[in-house]
Amino acid sequence: MTLELQKPRPIWQIMFSTHHTDVGLLYLITSLTFLFLGGSLALGIRAELFLPGSQIIADSMTFNRIFTVHGTTLIFLFIIPFASAVGNYYVPIMVRYKDMAYPKLNAIAFWMIPPAGVLIWLGFADFTWYATPPYSIISAPGPAADMWIFGLKILGVSSVLGALNFVVTILKCKHPDMSIGQIPLLAWSFLSTSLIIIVAIPTFAAALLMLLTDRLGVSGFFNPALGGDPIAYAHLFWFTFHPEVYVLVIPAIGMMYEIIPRFSRKPIYSYNSGVFAFVMLSIVGFSSWAHHMYATGMSFTEKTVFMVGTLAAVPASAMHVFNFIATMWNGRIKFSTPMMWAVGGIALFFSAGAGGVVNSAMPLDFTTHDTYWVVGHFHLFVMGTIAFGSIGYLYYMFPYVTGRMYNETLGKIHFVMAFIGTVLVFFTQHVLGLYGMPRRIYDYPPIPEWIAMNQIATVGAMIIGISMAIFLANMIYSAGKGKPADTDDPFGLGGKYYYPFEAKNPSH
Amino acid sequence: MSGHSNWPEWIYVAVVIALMAWVGAEAWETERLIEHVPEDAKIIIVTGQQWFWTFEHEDGTKEIGELHVEVGKAYKFEVVSKDVNHSFNIHDYVVLMDAIPGRVNTVWFAPDKVGEHDIQCREYCGLIHYNMRGTLYVTEPSS
Ligand code: HEM
Ligand SMILES: [Cu+2]
Ligand SMILES: [Cu+2]
Repeated sequence: MTLELQKPRPIWQIMFSTHHTDVGLLYLITSLTFLFLGGSLALGIRAELFLPGSQIIADSMTFNRIFTVHGTTLIFLFIIPFASAVGNYYVPIMVRYKDMAYPKLNAIAFWMIPPAGVLIWLGFADFTWYATPPYSIISAPGPAADMWIFGLKILGVSSVLGALNFVVTILKCKHPDMSIGQIPLLAWSFLSTSLIIIVAIPTFAAALLMLLTDRLGVSGFFNPALGGDPIAYAHLFWFTFHPEVYVLVIPAIGMMYEIIPRFSRKPIYSYNSGVFAFVMLSIVGFSSWAHHMYATGMSFTEKTVFMVGTLAAVPASAMHVFNFIATMWNGRIKFSTPMMWAVGGIALFFSAGAGGVVNSAMPLDFTTHDTYWVVGHFHLFVMGTIAFGSIGYLYYMFPYVTGRMYNETLGKIHFVMAFIGTVLVFFTQHVLGLYGMPRRIYDYPPIPEWIAMNQIATVGAMIIGISMAIFLANMIYSAGKGKPADTDDPFGLGGKYYYPFEAKNPSH
Repeated sequence: MSGHSNWPEWIYVAVVIALMAWVGAEAWETERLIEHVPEDAKIIIVTGQQWFWTFEHEDGTKEIGELHVEVGKAYKFEVVSKDVNHSFNIHDYVVLMDAIPGRVNTVWFAPDKVGEHDIQCREYCGLIHYNMRGTLYVTEPSS
C-alpha cells in the first residue's frame, strides 16, 4: 500500500528510503497493522469471557498465549512504533532540519521492528507481558518463550537507537535561530521520552539476558532452586517499565498539545508549564517502580517510599489536564474529528489517573492488585489516553500524508462508538475488580455479578471492534478516493496561520 | 506563554499536592495499623503450588483446598510456594499476599462472622491458574 498518492512510487522505493517521512510512513503502517492484529486478540479474549465455561477458545494454554501476545503487541508494536511514526514526520520539521540526525540509523531502528514482531507472533508465548520468573524459567514452554525474549531484546535496541536519534536531532540539529524554549511541546515530548528510554531500557535489557541464561540452565539469577531471587527480576523489570509507561503516554500528550490549541483557535495556555510537567514526569517517573510490588512482601518502609514516589508524580500529570482545559476555555472550539479524540482522551486520562491514585494508596492496593481493576486502570491509559491521542493525531495528519481528506462523519461515528465502548469495557472492569475477579483467568465461577459485568465489558469491546472496522474502511477508502484536501486549511479553521507544522510529503 | 498571570494554575497545583498528601497520610496510617499482628494470632502455613493450596495448622493438621478457622480468633498466614509465584487471596477479607518460592511472606486476619468465602490465586501461575481456588469456612469456636 502506498499512501503517497500525489506522486505514487513503488513500495520498494519507500522501503529502501531513509528519508524521515518515508521511515515515518513505514512506522505508521507497521504500527497500525499490529493495532488491528492485537485488537483482534482482545476481541477473542472478551468473547471467551462472555460466559463462564469454554466459549470460543479451546483451552487455557491458548487463552494465556493470547493475552500475552495481545499485551506485548499493543504496547511494543503499536503504541511505541506509532509514536515513532509521528516523531519521524514531525520532529525534524519542528526543529527545522532536513531529516533525522542519522537517517541510516533511523531506518535500521525501524527495520528491527518487523522481525521482532514476527518472532513474538510465531512464538506466541504464554508467560504474560512481564515474563515473571520462576514461571518464565521453569514452566513456560519454549521455543515460544525464547522467541519472545529475543523479540523484546531486538525491540529494546530499536527503541534506544530511535531515542538517541531524537535526542541528537532535537539538541544538535535544531535551527541555530531557535532556542530550546521555542521548540513545540510535541518535540519536547520526544526529547523527554527519549531520555527516559536511554536511562530505563538497559536495565530490562540486562534482565532479559539473565532470564535467557536462567532458562538455558547456565545461571540462576532469578531461580530460587539455584539460590536466585525472583523479586530481583521484578525490581529490574519495573525499574524499566514504570518509567516506560511515561514513554508511552508523554508522546500522546504531546500530540494533544498540537491538536487542542489549534482546534480551540487559541495559543496554549502555558507552554512553560507543559515543558515543566514533561520534564518532571520523566524524572519523578523513576521513583515509583515498586508500587507494582506491594503484595510481594515488601516492608512497610519500602512500601511507603514507593507510595510517596508515586503520588509525587501526580501533580505533573494534573498540570497537563489543567493546561488543556485552560487552553480550551473561551476558545472558538471546532469539534472536528481530531479534536473529539483529543478531548475524549483527556477525560479518560483524568479518570485513569484517579484510579491510579487508588492503586498507589497501599491498603487499597491490596483490594485492587492483580484484579480486573488494574486491567481497567491501565487500559484507560493505553486505550483511553494513548490510543485516543494517537488516533486523533492520525486523523489530523491524514490530509498531509495522503493529500486527501478522510470522511468526517465516519470519523465522528468512530469516535462516539469507541468512546462509549471504552467506558463500557474499562469502567466496568474497575468495578469487576472490586468484586474480586482476578486478571489473566481463562474461566470463572458463575458468580452473577461477575457474569453481568463481563457481559457489559464484552459488548463494549464489540462496539469498539465495529468502530475500528469503520476506521479501517475510512482510512483505506479515503487514502485512495477521498476528496483532495485543501492542504492550507484542511480542517476549515480559518487560515494557514493555524497550521505551522505540516508534514510535507517529500515527493510533492 | 507569558503575558497573563498564572495564579489559577498555582492554586490548582497546590490543591492537587494537598490532596495527594492527604491520600498518602491516610494510607500510611491505615497500613501501619493493619500491619500490626496481634500477639495471640495462630499461625497457618499456606503453601501454593501448581495448582492448589495447602494449609497447615499449628497442631500439624493439613487441609487441601479448604481452610477451617474459628470466628473471632486472629490468624497469621505464612505464605510460601513450592514452584512458581502465586498470590494467596481471600477477597472478602482483603487478604492478599504473594507466595514466592524461597520466601516466607506473612499476612493476618481475624474473621468476624460465621460463613463461607472464596479463596483464589491472584498471580498468574500457568495452565490452571484460573481454577486454583478453594473455600474458607469460618465456624463457631469448638470448645
Ligand atoms: C501515565 C500513564 C500510565 C500508564 C500507561 C500506566 C500503566 C500501568 C500498567 C500497565 C499497570 C499494570 C501493570 C501490570 O500489572 O501488568 C499499572 C499499574 C499501576 N499503576 Fe499505572 N499507569 C499510568 C499512570 C499511573 C498513575 C498516574 C498512577 C498513580 C497515580 C499509577 C499507579 C499505578 C499503580 C499503583 C499500579 C499497580 C497496581 C497493581 O498492580 O496493583 N499509574 N499502570
Ligand atoms: Cu507503575
Ligand atoms: Cu495463580
